[in-house]
Amino acid sequence: MTDMPISTAPKRSLFAADARTVRRNRAERRFRAYGMAAVGVGILALIVLLVSILGNGLSSFRQTYVSFPIELTAERVDPDGNRDPGEMARVTTFGYLPLLATAFEAHLDAEGIETDMGVRELAAMLSEEAPAQIRGMVLANPDLVGQTIDAQILMGGRIDGFFKGRVTMESAERDRNVTPAQLELAQILADRGAVETRFNWDFITAPDASGSRPEAAGLGVAIIGSFYMMLVVLVLALPIGVAASIYLEEFAPKNRLTDLIEVNISNLAAVPSIVFGILGLAVFINFMEFNQSSPLVGGLVLTLMTLPTIIIATRASLRAVPPSIRQAALGLGASKTQSIFHHVLPLAAPGILTGTIIGLAQALGETAPLLLIGMVAFVREYPDLMSVHSNSFPLMGDGATALPVQVYSWTQRSDPAFVERASGAIIVLLVFLLCMNLIAILLRRRFERRW
Amino acid sequence: MSMEDAIMNDMTQIDQGVAVDELKMQARNVDVFYGAGGGTRSAEDMAADKAITHAIKHVDVDIADKTVTSFIGPSGCGKSTFLRVLNRMNDTIDGCRMTGDVTLEGENIYDSKVDPVQLRAKVGMVFQKPNPFPKSIFDNVAYGPRIHGLARNKADLAEIVEKSLRRAAIWDEVKDRLDAPGTGLSGGQQQRLCIARAVATSPEVLLMDEPCSALDPIATAQVEELIDDLRSRFSVVIVTHSMQQAARVSQKTAFFHLGELVEFDDTDKIFTNPSDPRTESYITGRIG
Repeated sequence: MTDMPISTAPKRSLFAADARTVRRNRAERRFRAYGMAAVGVGILALIVLLVSILGNGLSSFRQTYVSFPIELTAERVDPDGNRDPGEMARVTTFGYLPLLATAFEAHLDAEGIETDMGVRELAAMLSEEAPAQIRGMVLANPDLVGQTIDAQILMGGRIDGFFKGRVTMESAERDRNVTPAQLELAQILADRGAVETRFNWDFITAPDASGSRPEAAGLGVAIIGSFYMMLVVLVLALPIGVAASIYLEEFAPKNRLTDLIEVNISNLAAVPSIVFGILGLAVFINFMEFNQSSPLVGGLVLTLMTLPTIIIATRASLRAVPPSIRQAALGLGASKTQSIFHHVLPLAAPGILTGTIIGLAQALGETAPLLLIGMVAFVREYPDLMSVHSNSFPLMGDGATALPVQVYSWTQRSDPAFVERASGAIIVLLVFLLCMNLIAILLRRRFERRW
Repeated sequence: MSMEDAIMNDMTQIDQGVAVDELKMQARNVDVFYGAGGGTRSAEDMAADKAITHAIKHVDVDIADKTVTSFIGPSGCGKSTFLRVLNRMNDTIDGCRMTGDVTLEGENIYDSKVDPVQLRAKVGMVFQKPNPFPKSIFDNVAYGPRIHGLARNKADLAEIVEKSLRRAAIWDEVKDRLDAPGTGLSGGQQQRLCIARAVATSPEVLLMDEPCSALDPIATAQVEELIDDLRSRFSVVIVTHSMQQAARVSQKTAFFHLGELVEFDDTDKIFTNPSDPRTESYITGRIG
């Protein structure tokens, strides 16, 4: 009686799947298909994003220049004739413009290229920034006065666009900023080898330029500004965040107050970043009267924003350290602080670093709070660590801008060439983020290799 | 010489450590409560509070020097808790309160002047699960001497490490790879490394909380042999679930049940002729 089967279901072959198994297998296959579809959508979105940004932005790393000889006549660039850069600086870029235009015209004549365009129309093919370039060269080296230099002159945004395929003869017909004749001339010059499209270092190092000269706009100021702000965030948020987490995780008594603090830190991490911008505006600028849009204020605001991220990541990695390690250290007569600094913290370091770099990356890409503290302003001056106008506190004097803010302000401008610039800036931003993540991975590897 | 003088003389001799059975630690009327929070409530008050777990009830134990004392009893009987009373490891647990007196060589270890950190250097501990630091074998053993400043120089430290590893009977297995991570050893080796680490600070008492429960029979035999060796230098207190182990390694055995110390006597007597019926039930397998 005891070996009665539990169920009275008929015996089945293992080769024939029953209805239940078939249903179960079908559900599994369906779920796997959903998962693959989800991953596929994600990858597709990423590809579209990358293609669109790279397609739009990569061309901003190349720039079109035309080379022709320019005679720097002394009476034009140094009317006083004493080669004193101070006095020569009185000749503004408007003084250099005719110099450039006549040199360009003379070059065309010398090359035997016939054109019925006037000097003004010819000069419009060059960048508005070009006279400033020549002026900068002359002021930096007064010995050039009187000589004929072979200069590479930045071409205008539309001509540049023509060589990058953005501007065509048809679009030039409808464009008040460029004529088909100018494009034809540019093509002739290119056929003769006078036009060169080369890597555009200025895009990375030069400051921003006004809305009418996209060809000269660069990211230099924004990169420096972002760098200083990251420095402030790192110097402030990492020690404060780690110290706060260690206290909360290891020392703080578990009571209502610490529970409350804990909940609030988690809430802070979810607060929209623009709120931190308003806080920064109220506290740092209105109350403490720091300079608007200075890297220090930007860094402080981003620090406030990054702290919860760092604290949460640090606490999670402290909690992940097995309690047996703490007990072992305490059992040997280590003090609590010793057990934390000798054993727990080194084990938690990879997690802390990852959290910090993720926080920094977040801060690097943050725009909204920076707009609120006035960083949207057009800045052409590189911010100094110790500015001359500063009231002696580092990073307080000069206004700055940041990479994402630069992207934002370029997308606001009307000239279509800025689309390319903005996409290029996004590429630079993404490269920085990738580098930071790479550093995070490398650091983690290094620390983990020590078990 | 009068009678009293003779007795006094005897006692000073004991104080100088002539007698083998010299008293090392003494626990009197120890009560431990969990979930008690802070405060200074009396033992009776906390014992009456249903919300507070009364883990140890009025326990008196004497730990003799150069003796292995084992604590046996069913799970949850409080033997590990009591072990942790002896080096104040319970201090690190939130809401754990202890009343009563515990002395180490006559000094109350719960005195407000006592720094638990200093106490734990004298009363070392080996845990149930081998827990070497994720550092090299050398650094594992050297950690204690380093933080307590026991070595004057590197050669000194190396000597302490070697001595400790030899004493823990693991030197021959690891002498060629002292720079290898301690976590890469086998379970039994890790536990012996932990013992070496505890021995390196020259403790006077070594507490072991089920040191063999995570080990296979061969490693267990090695550790048990080691415990027997350690007896020549330290007073060892071991918590174990295995009554055979208690019988094998210890000279004194304490049987705990439901937080109470049921019986504490010579190991031989406990296992052959227990005076309490509960002890007999436990060792014959009827309870626990």
